[in-house]
Amino acid sequence: MQTSFTPEQLADPHVAESEKILRRCVHCGFCTATCPTYVTLGNELDSPRGRIYLIKDMLENDRPADREVVTHIDRCLSCLACTTTCPSGVDYMHLIDHARVHIEQTYQRPLGDRMIRGLLAAVLPYPARFRAALALARVARPLAPLLRRVKPLAPLAAMLDLAPRRAAKRRPAPASGDHPAAHGRVILLEGCAQPALDPGINAATVRLLTRRGVAIATPKGEGCCGALVHHMGREPQALDFARRNIDAWTREIEAGGLDAILITASGCGTTIKDYGHMLRLDPLYAAKAARVSALARDITEYLSTLDLEPLPKRDLVVAYHSACSLQHGQKITALPKLLLKTAGFTVRDPAEGHLCCGSAGTYNILQPEISATLKRRKVKNLEATKPDVIAAGNIGCLTQIGSGTAIPIVHTVELLDWAYGGPRPSKLGG
Amino acid sequence: MSQPIAFLPPRAAVLSQRARIIADLAALLPDGGLVHEARELVPFETDAYVAYRQLPLAVALPRTTQEVSAVLAYCNRHGIPVVPRGAGTSLCGGAIPQPDAVVLGLSRMSAILDVDLDNRVARVQAGVTNLSISETVGPEGFFYAPDPSSQLACTIGGNIGMNSGGAHCLKYGVTTNNLLGVTMVLMDGTVITLGGAHLDAAGYDLLGLVCGSEGQLGIVTEATVRILAKAEGARPVLFGFATSQEAGACVAEIIGAGIIPVAIEFMDRQAIEICEAFAKAGYPLHVGALLIIEVEGSEAEMEAMLAAIVTIARRHSVMTVRESQSATEAALIWKGRKSAFGATGRIADYICMDGTVPLGKLSHVLQRTEEICTGLGLRVANVFHAGDGNMHPLILFDANDPAEAAKAEDAGNEILKVCVEAGGCLTGEHGVGIEKRDLMRFQFSDADLAQQMAVRYAFDADWLLNPSKVFPLEGRPAA
Repeated sequence: MQTSFTPEQLADPHVAESEKILRRCVHCGFCTATCPTYVTLGNELDSPRGRIYLIKDMLENDRPADREVVTHIDRCLSCLACTTTCPSGVDYMHLIDHARVHIEQTYQRPLGDRMIRGLLAAVLPYPARFRAALALARVARPLAPLLRRVKPLAPLAAMLDLAPRRAAKRRPAPASGDHPAAHGRVILLEGCAQPALDPGINAATVRLLTRRGVAIATPKGEGCCGALVHHMGREPQALDFARRNIDAWTREIEAGGLDAILITASGCGTTIKDYGHMLRLDPLYAAKAARVSALARDITEYLSTLDLEPLPKRDLVVAYHSACSLQHGQKITALPKLLLKTAGFTVRDPAEGHLCCGSAGTYNILQPEISATLKRRKVKNLEATKPDVIAAGNIGCLTQIGSGTAIPIVHTVELLDWAYGGPRPSKLGG
Repeated sequence: MSQPIAFLPPRAAVLSQRARIIADLAALLPDGGLVHEARELVPFETDAYVAYRQLPLAVALPRTTQEVSAVLAYCNRHGIPVVPRGAGTSLCGGAIPQPDAVVLGLSRMSAILDVDLDNRVARVQAGVTNLSISETVGPEGFFYAPDPSSQLACTIGGNIGMNSGGAHCLKYGVTTNNLLGVTMVLMDGTVITLGGAHLDAAGYDLLGLVCGSEGQLGIVTEATVRILAKAEGARPVLFGFATSQEAGACVAEIIGAGIIPVAIEFMDRQAIEICEAFAKAGYPLHVGALLIIEVEGSEAEMEAMLAAIVTIARRHSVMTVRESQSATEAALIWKGRKSAFGATGRIADYICMDGTVPLGKLSHVLQRTEEICTGLGLRVANVFHAGDGNMHPLILFDANDPAEAAKAEDAGNEILKVCVEAGGCLTGEHGVGIEKRDLMRFQFSDADLAQQMAVRYAFDADWLLNPSKVFPLEGRPAA
């Protein structure tokens, strides 16, 4: 597609990158068809092609973001289904990342929106604060219907709806792997929201890996991956999170013998795999960030290198929900299903598997209406496969889908841990 | 060098009333159905023919036939041009608006209304995507046959407007052969029904007239289409040749022998490289040209047809013959082919031609195409429906280089003239739109065009529907 940027504009490396991305787009429109918001709202402005055009217009004209542009960019889930569909290879992810930073730098959001976003950015990435917030939410839940009636407060209602009704049992932090590493040594990202919402996921991961002789390092100083604030366009904060993790992990990497950095929440995985790109302009961190990204693996990617043995078929039907950050962000599609099948489960794919469930980080809080529509659609498709259990690889999806169905939902690794000698996931009952 | 394609001058009376028109239309379309903010109009300034761009006055996104009727009646009363838009995937600028026009987008009318397997028909809203019809009836063993490469995104309403084809139309025919009825809104707001859920209707066959009328006779809001039972099996087979000429001659002999496979698709070396890079379908990279030939039916039927085709291909020195070994591989072969245009975006900007020629002339036209493009210093990739003689040279250029963009347009015009001179036509399936409008006189006599315009006049006397398209601006009847 034709672009018109001046040499002065292109001197900014961020603009230069976006220009390259825009030049790839031929405006064929394929991306509209698999975009959850276009499918839901039927307006090209809420499709990847429409947003690409809005961003192009804004950047070419050196314009601050305005209400209209922000409305349509905000509605993007960053599910990246468009990048799976796009035949031209348009790097939509980095284009919308740039647009979000531009919005954050040039646009003042209405007060209510600013407060909600400030609250999310100050709470979610910090496990202790998030646990406290969840406790508060359990008390405040009766206020949800009231809040929903006041439009600027609707995100608060969405938050209350999503908060689990019961507190997650605190579990001890995963044991540090000091024992000899027979089959490798890895870092397991502890994460921020996931351990508060469901500590059972990493516990299952530790059990499974430990049984397989994999040593797990838990480096000090690690924190949130930065994805939550990154998707809000709060780049300095996101890069600080990234640098902090890179520092913590680089110490482990330099100690030698580290095979992988494992992530059990695919939303985080997509961001960590992008650290190299996020910090490419930082001379102190570019190389270290690239090294971290190269070592980052989704848990299912790593497990598939362990040659887990085939197990006899068991009488349990699993509907596999492919998290967008896995299937579109990291292009991991068949692996998790193959692991489940090898472990003896019957795996079913729901219709419209490419469509987002509406979780998308903080999207279900900031865009509660679209998110709820997508959740209903997703749950309907999953339930149509008549599963005993739903499995997914991302905490956001687990929370979102779990709040819309009575069918138990677990992380893929919890089923694998169970199949290979761990306890039956408590969510399955019995 | 040819002049840029002109649009009709905007109607001053419409532009001066913009604020009032927007207020009135917004009232007809509750629920955020009118886009009118300056920023928000920009993404509607073009379709997949990005060489031309014009901002519209507003964009209407109705949800019902009644809303379409209300908008059209209003625009008719006030002399406001209307440009229909499905998914905006037109390769000839069929959905490019103009400053005094309201874009009427059907993207919020995307429901499948009724599926009647016993009678092999489906009734759908016009904004439904082509592929979603096949996806809906697929689990029951049925499909909708015409399959434009953009079928993932393009709408059935757009398909009707352009009488779209696709790879599988060699056997099953194009849109007009698979369309049974429509609900259409005339420019004055009148809602009419043409055809129905049966093969033929009493009275004039106006359905045939509407199909391919590029949104100039009315706006189709619902369609009843024929769905077909899927064949027992289907298998794409890859045939690699040293040269485009040999591949072209092979196609002519296959069809000449009375063999009609489901599809015969052609790719030259440039196109093979582009598609393989995206789809990783395993296309042979050492050949000069590739035919994807799909056969279908029972195992025995497929074997028999394939054997006959292989015999012919050998006479044309075929280098490789490879059958797809699995459903996954077959899907990849088609994914690569159907993504060819978009995937070309990885290496260059392009414009896509759509001329159709008699099969005996395929080799000649391929050679002339190459000469025209290299003569202008341009690269070309060929990927097209060879069995139908429906050629799609993709002329590659740099859109940020205005001189090269103009050359690409010139090359396209020359190639289409070669197609017409070879006994073919300007467009096989994409439509005329804005792109081929000024070439219409190479194809049609003044009398031919006058008769077509008379029909258009009968439906829309003020020429409000998609007015800048199809017919050259000079020589139109005075309104």
